[in-house]
Amino acid sequence: MLKESDKIFKNLYNQFGWDIDNSLKMDDWKNTKEIISKGKEYLINEIKKSELRGRGGAGFSTGLKWSFAPKELGSRPHYLVINADESEPGTCKDRDILRYEPQKLIEGSLIAGYAVGAHVCYIYIRGEYFNEGERLQEAINQAYEKNFIGKNACGTGWDFDIHIHYGAGAYICGEETALLESIEGNKGQPRLKPPFPALVGLYGCPTIVNNVETIAVVPTILRRGAKWFASLGKPKNTGTKIFCISGNVNSPCNVEEEMGIPLKELIEKHAGGVIGGWENLKAVIPGGSSMPLLPKKVCDTITMDFDSLIENKSGLGTAGVIVINKDQDIVACMARIARFYKHESCGQCTPCREGSGWMWRILDRTVKGDATVSDIELLEDVTKQIEGHTICAFGEGSAWPVQGLLRHFREEVDKKCSGDPIVKKKRDLPYLVDQHLLEKKNA
Amino acid sequence: MPKIIINGKEIEFQKGMTVLQACELADVEIPRFCYHEKLSIAGNCRMCLVEMEKSAKPIASCAMPATEGMNIKTNTELVEKARKGVMEFLLANHPLDCPVCDQGGECDLQDQSLYYGVDKSRFSENKRDVKDKYMGPLIKTQMTRCIHCTRCVRFATEIAGVPEIGAIGRGENMEITTYLENSMQSELSANVIDLCPVGALTSKPYAFEARPWELKKTESVDVMDAVGSNIRVDTYGWEVKRVLPRINENINEEWISDKTRYSCDGLLKQRLDVPYIKKGDNLIKSNWDEALNLISAKIKNIDSNEIAGHIGDMSSIETIYSFKKLFEYLNSPNLEIREKDFFINTSDKMNYLFNSSITGIEKSDLILLVGCNPRHEATMVNARIRKAFVKSKLPIFSIGNPGDLTYDYKIVGENTEDLKKILEGKSEISNIIKKAKKPIVIIGESALELKSGGYIFEEIKNFLAINGFINENWNALNILIQNASTVGGLDLKILKSNFQNDSLFFEKLKNNKFKLLYLLGSDNINFKKENEFIIYQGSHGDRGAEIADVILPSPAYTEQNGLFSNLEGRVQECRKASYPTGEAKEDWKIFNLISEKIFAKKLFHDFQSIRNEAIKEIPNYSQINSLPNFNKKDNKKITFNFIPEKIVINKIDYYYSNSISRSSKTMSECRLKNKIFLKDGTNN
Repeated sequence: MLKESDKIFKNLYNQFGWDIDNSLKMDDWKNTKEIISKGKEYLINEIKKSELRGRGGAGFSTGLKWSFAPKELGSRPHYLVINADESEPGTCKDRDILRYEPQKLIEGSLIAGYAVGAHVCYIYIRGEYFNEGERLQEAINQAYEKNFIGKNACGTGWDFDIHIHYGAGAYICGEETALLESIEGNKGQPRLKPPFPALVGLYGCPTIVNNVETIAVVPTILRRGAKWFASLGKPKNTGTKIFCISGNVNSPCNVEEEMGIPLKELIEKHAGGVIGGWENLKAVIPGGSSMPLLPKKVCDTITMDFDSLIENKSGLGTAGVIVINKDQDIVACMARIARFYKHESCGQCTPCREGSGWMWRILDRTVKGDATVSDIELLEDVTKQIEGHTICAFGEGSAWPVQGLLRHFREEVDKKCSGDPIVKKKRDLPYLVDQHLLEKKNA
Repeated sequence: MPKIIINGKEIEFQKGMTVLQACELADVEIPRFCYHEKLSIAGNCRMCLVEMEKSAKPIASCAMPATEGMNIKTNTELVEKARKGVMEFLLANHPLDCPVCDQGGECDLQDQSLYYGVDKSRFSENKRDVKDKYMGPLIKTQMTRCIHCTRCVRFATEIAGVPEIGAIGRGENMEITTYLENSMQSELSANVIDLCPVGALTSKPYAFEARPWELKKTESVDVMDAVGSNIRVDTYGWEVKRVLPRINENINEEWISDKTRYSCDGLLKQRLDVPYIKKGDNLIKSNWDEALNLISAKIKNIDSNEIAGHIGDMSSIETIYSFKKLFEYLNSPNLEIREKDFFINTSDKMNYLFNSSITGIEKSDLILLVGCNPRHEATMVNARIRKAFVKSKLPIFSIGNPGDLTYDYKIVGENTEDLKKILEGKSEISNIIKKAKKPIVIIGESALELKSGGYIFEEIKNFLAINGFINENWNALNILIQNASTVGGLDLKILKSNFQNDSLFFEKLKNNKFKLLYLLGSDNINFKKENEFIIYQGSHGDRGAEIADVILPSPAYTEQNGLFSNLEGRVQECRKASYPTGEAKEDWKIFNLISEKIFAKKLFHDFQSIRNEAIKEIPNYSQINSLPNFNKKDNKKITFNFIPEKIVINKIDYYYSNSISRSSKTMSECRLKNKIFLKDGTNN
């Protein structure tokens, strides 16, 4: 269990007050000038050494990402964009950072901005976080007043401005390139990669896009040293992480914990345990709704970090832990998630546009008991036809939860398929082959 | 050159190519819907997925830049599965109503589904239904068929420059629409029909007319304006069913204007089928013998100086040549091809051409428009200017106000004084022009028509020559001719090069000095008829036929072969796609008949000999479909007096500019919708 002294977000529950004076008491903005004066190289290397991985879901090495920004400022300005479009169901960690620890984010963005050569930072907040956005703006104003940001920020000689941009309530705008499109005033649809935003991003300029939590932990890492951060957690999965525990638990909460904490410990210690006891657990979605769920058997032993979850064909994602107990209809849960993805698909590319609705409809019928066994085979095919064929990762995000369901709860799904299959004899239907040829063979 | 491996075959490619283009070099066909060479890359249909070594997922080949040493495979199971999967998704919500879809037979989705489709659908849910959108009188929509490739959206925004088509909604509720359900305010709007890979956007006037395999296709050129867009004329029996663009990178790329495309239904209406003779106040059906007898009697009794001929806007070089020959026999000097008395110095061929050439627009770094509205006068030239503008953001200036041209330009004056200042170096614009490497000056007919037309032309030419912008490598002098026949006629010396007498025809016409006026398909000249005996020879019962005393029916441009010289001086062949109506005869045959009646002698023996003779007359002719040779004569500058006046750009009734489009129902609808739109911003 994480020691109190190792916690980065000390005001996660607003025990001490969010405004700048209280933040300063908690060591925010301490030695910022000295840290920055060590130079870009040092900053990027230090973050690399800390093995900080992006907290937005994909878990990409932050130091490596920063190093992709062109070393020298060319004719085009660099931008730092902070992704606060936290829309992943089951996730609300950024929200608490925005409202209770805004100075950590602001300080982090100054350091990150300096490291990647950006004078301007945009914070893209989802439209529903209106109050949080106002709070953040107040915090930014306070930082301006103290000259922590603005002209010659913190006395470092670096000019740095932060602007807030509100989204309009689209899940897809959390995808980094769709987010850039949205800031530019276009329809929020992901861009084709390559080129990656680090070279061609916002307004065609080099842009680094980071999650709120990633940026907010940066100042503490640099103050306490990469070694300290790397000593927490597991190798390659270092540091602390805010876990959002929700669902069928006794006390849902946000909690900062060490990476690699066993899932069982996390739920039992911080969330008051599963409703009806651990034995009543059915499944856990470990990283926000787009990650495949884990059955109880896996949950017994799994540790919460990027690599061990990937081994179990899931992912840490945003660390939004959704607990589902045996009182729930797991198929209905997944059907609801599929409906969310159907609703939030941007509609740009074919597999996701057509497939997400298709998946939801089959699952919906399954819940109502109108599906057949062959439908479930079809469902599996559909998820595979979406996965890996789309422009952005949304395709995987919508297909994986369904795949997880079919992987671990196939029997339960089959049980719901009471309807007679159209083809009664269960045939080993090869995937997408002209069916009239098959009929000949079987006839 | 860098190399790439495609299906185990190593090939060289040019830097900047995408994987899809490299695959094409290797003769590997990649299925695609959203990708289009002339549009930006969207990468959203996902049909072009290929396998790349070291990549777990298949990649979209249309969007992936090819790099040295890539190993691409297009024939693996992974690719096959991916494409079949995407095809299944595309077909899932597609209505599969091919039997009642106009796109059938030329549908990309239909073709690709033969390779990647499965014969039975696994999609047992209800299909999506999308409300059809109103997109004007040209575009028929059936939005349920849409596969959201966004080609139309990109065309409207990028090429046409009217961002009026877009997608609203998201996910499976995404819909392509014109937002307010107006017709698209562009002269290029109907190109989205060609672009649409499925039957979502089809041609409204052509709806349910024919299937593509029933049509006879004839490659031809357009005569609605002087650009000479390359077209394909599709005929079903006698009827011209539709006109489609033909790719010619030098002229129209692969677009054509709405007028070019949809005037063709005018070829079915208002046609002159037999000779008519005016008896009393009415035109009475007659026959060739009677009409020719009447004409020869008239001609014999009238002094040759009082006989005049006017050549219309859609006459081919051969027709003009034979008409000119007829007038030489008649010994009449009164021949005219211009519709209005605008200044043209025909002593040198470059004086009436678009010398920079249409492709040259893309190379230029500055454009100055003088009294012209390229959007209406030469739509495809305007599209090219927009392309250059989008590509290089080159500065565009205009003297006179042409209105919305779909790109940004700056009006630097509206009077001849402003032009004078520029030419005399008293304006900052003149320095900008002098500093440019490849400027283009485009002079419109509206400017040349002014009293100071001679001044404008000669001074601009002189200015450009002095600054070295007229040479073999770059010729900045451009005249924007409006009619398809004009350049050919000027090539054949219809105008004598002594401009003092150039206005003579119009003066005499105005003062009713002619006793016999022979209108060769000419409907646009403005004059009040008094006692003239008017012969009208043409295809449509339009303004010319209305005032005629004798009407001789002749074929329209799709019904006889002929050469046309476009505004760049590029000679192209317009081919016979259909047959003349009724008793109509080809133009040169009619001249032969007249000559036989009067002189008892044929003018020509066959068509080929006219063509050969006419081509010999064309100065600087290089070869068919090519630009003329550069041949600068050292003609002296002619000085004209400066007259201060306003440069007004004549408004063109775009959809009604010639007899064919005036007969067209579709063009009338477009004109009406446009008028209503200009009035209150809506059109439905």
